[in-house]
Amino acid sequence: MSIASIVGQALVLFGTFFYVLSSLGLIRMPDVYNRMQTATKSATLGSLGVIIGVGIWAIGEVNSYSWISKTLIIAVFLLLTNPIAAHALIRAAYKSGVPLWEGSIIDKYKEAEASLERVEQIKEALGESAKEVEKNE
Amino acid sequence: MGEASKVSRYLYTVLILFIIWMFLTSSFDPQELVMGVIFSLIVGALTYEVFTEKGLANLNPRRIAYFVAYIPYFVWAMIMANLDVAYRVLHPKRPINPGIVECKTTLTNNTGKLVLANSITLTPGTITLDIKGDRYFIHWIDVKDESVEGASESITKPFEKFLKVIFE
Repeated sequence: MSIASIVGQALVLFGTFFYVLSSLGLIRMPDVYNRMQTATKSATLGSLGVIIGVGIWAIGEVNSYSWISKTLIIAVFLLLTNPIAAHALIRAAYKSGVPLWEGSIIDKYKEAEASLERVEQIKEALGESAKEVEKNE
Repeated sequence: MGEASKVSRYLYTVLILFIIWMFLTSSFDPQELVMGVIFSLIVGALTYEVFTEKGLANLNPRRIAYFVAYIPYFVWAMIMANLDVAYRVLHPKRPINPGIVECKTTLTNNTGKLVLANSITLTPGTITLDIKGDRYFIHWIDVKDESVEGASESITKPFEKFLKVIFE
């Protein structure tokens, strides 16, 4: 057992602990938005721990450095793409009308959408009245 | 800041692709390196228009230094986020107080906005719901301040001081 093996095993254990937390969060949280919170964060850090841990473990166990460079690049790709997937899912959930949990205290997004709609309506009304003015002239 | 010249953008794309190639093959065999350069030149020619706007100006030493300093800061924020999630999931009373708040950002660059949104998603208790111009709509699991200024102070401010230098 070299130091690299021990560090790698510790990292894999750390990652799997956060995987468990992530799946537990899916059961415990009340609505889709809070579930996305727990699932995204814990699953991302858990994957990073497991993937980099395997790379370091390979240095100690089979004395090969080609694992760590590949695992590092997989980790970077995951880190860049996971939050975007979460963002797309949560936005799609909101747009398809999934309600917030009844304990939620504020929804600024709804207000913004409503004000945007009012701006559109005013613009339409302005366009119609401009046309009428043109007709009268 | 406008777009850089085509040559600089092309060279920057080829450089990044070649670094990725080196990581994926993980060998310094001259045959592999030559093939890597050839493939990077081909793929770079096809994709440089969508890949970067500033080209080699990204390799400014000040930007790289801030980027290197940003990595440990970000990893620390991620670990704190996961301990926060652990506390909320394992606590028997489930202490959440969720809501959607609005934040303002001072960043103007699209890549900077993307990285800020990703950083927000991976840090304690917040997830980006939508971006409209410079307004971020953020689902916050534990709302402490409902106003725009207060939310920006505690969500976007800590990252902006790094991202401002890296991407502007």
